[in-house]
Amino acid sequence: MTENNNIVKQDIVLEIKNLYKSFGDNHVLNNFNMQLFNGESLVVMGKSGSGKSVMIKCLVGLMEADSGTITVMQNDITKLDHEALDILRADIGFLFQGSALYDSMTVRENLEFPLRRHSDKFGNDLDTEKLVTEALDSVGLVDAIDLMPSELSGGMKRRVALARTLILQPKIILYDEPTSGLDPITAKEIIILMQNIQKKYGTSSLIITHDVDCARVISDRMILLIDGTDYATGSFKELSTSKDLKVKAFFKQ
Amino acid sequence: MFTANKIKDFLIEIGELSYFTSQFFKEVFKRPFEFKELLRQCYNMGNRSLLLVGITGFIIGLVLTLQTRPTLMEFGAASWMPSMVGISIVREIGPIITALVCAGRIGSGIGAELGSMRVTEQIDAMEVSGTNPFKYLVVTRVLAVTLMLPLLVIVGDAIALFGSFLVENVKGNVSFMLYFNQVFDSLKFGDIIPATIKSFFFGLAIGLVGCFKGYYCKKGTAGVGKAANSAVVFTSLLLFIIDFIAVFVTDIFYDL
Repeated sequence: MTENNNIVKQDIVLEIKNLYKSFGDNHVLNNFNMQLFNGESLVVMGKSGSGKSVMIKCLVGLMEADSGTITVMQNDITKLDHEALDILRADIGFLFQGSALYDSMTVRENLEFPLRRHSDKFGNDLDTEKLVTEALDSVGLVDAIDLMPSELSGGMKRRVALARTLILQPKIILYDEPTSGLDPITAKEIIILMQNIQKKYGTSSLIITHDVDCARVISDRMILLIDGTDYATGSFKELSTSKDLKVKAFFKQ
Repeated sequence: MFTANKIKDFLIEIGELSYFTSQFFKEVFKRPFEFKELLRQCYNMGNRSLLLVGITGFIIGLVLTLQTRPTLMEFGAASWMPSMVGISIVREIGPIITALVCAGRIGSGIGAELGSMRVTEQIDAMEVSGTNPFKYLVVTRVLAVTLMLPLLVIVGDAIALFGSFLVENVKGNVSFMLYFNQVFDSLKFGDIIPATIKSFFFGLAIGLVGCFKGYYCKKGTAGVGKAANSAVVFTSLLLFIIDFIAVFVTDIFYDL
């Protein structure tokens, strides 16, 4: 058992071992390893095109890895059938880079959509209206409930997308570039929101980003993804003061 | 080399479309059935295509009669006009023109919609939320267009015949009853049933190709445009192939 920034690392909720993924001759992930502990905020940082998004998509089964194991809450997702994977996905929230709101549906319908498949998670206590209102309240957008995504700003879309990931009360939330495309003020608001959500719901977070400010504020621990592998691991402070040239390059402003 | 690559790409695409079609038939009978979304799609595709199909049918009826009338008059066969127009519209012109209009209106719409959903990761978001996007997006759209197209063909046929009647009424003083009595006297089951069955296949082709192109759209806005465009081009070609096969098979069974 190890400790870092008050996180007691006893339960591994997500683990990647020896992950390889190639597209033709392009070896995107090359023996990538990581562990996410219960209640932790782990930031994976890498340059654009370094394979961060590929890695996170392999984690939820949107892409198939060439080899390696991905264990999410004791389930090796590379061995799960579609039905079992769908059930497991109820415990994994995913915030997409571009929000990915269903643009033919209202905000309410966007939030209700995941409940269609996973309503049994709440048993007989399912109160859709209450869940939707609570999730929107967490991101401060209750008033937007009947708006269409086209009527929302970029920051509001990201908040609604965050509310949609919260509706199933996941144990792990995966954030794919949560602040990309947002102005600095809105980006800061989203980061604060992510921190509040983690405190309120006790979720574990895996954040994929190339935004150093985001990593500094939110990370308990960081992994640098360089040349397809987990090149360096440590706290923000440890990595930002590293003497390694490749690591230093990330923190140059 | 360039031609060989083109042929190879074409054959790969045919293979992928065949697999996509088999997936559709696998999923269509599986629960849960997305009735609400199916009804929404039926409304979108049926109701919103009605005006376009109606206008096209009306003009086709008018033009066909105006163009044919002088020739039939020359042979003293103007009284055959309702039979000739009725048979040609019901057997061939109605279904194929309606299908082509719908390939442009519905096929490109499906291609663009699913393409943009793919590009903006909405399809991935559905999959991550545990909903089968193939079932929710593809099965409902293909079923909707398959069910709606025969109805649109019937409406298009009726309006085309009405357009033809107007010309006959103005130019030949033919009454409504006389015109339509002659049309229905000349029509047999051998005309109506194969045309209706053919329309189902036209609908299936429009839905499958539109969904296939959109669902596997390559990244980027250019990919969306290409998906919409190639959906129309590929469907139009497929419609004529299906039409040829349908006429060939009908000829065997009904001895046209």
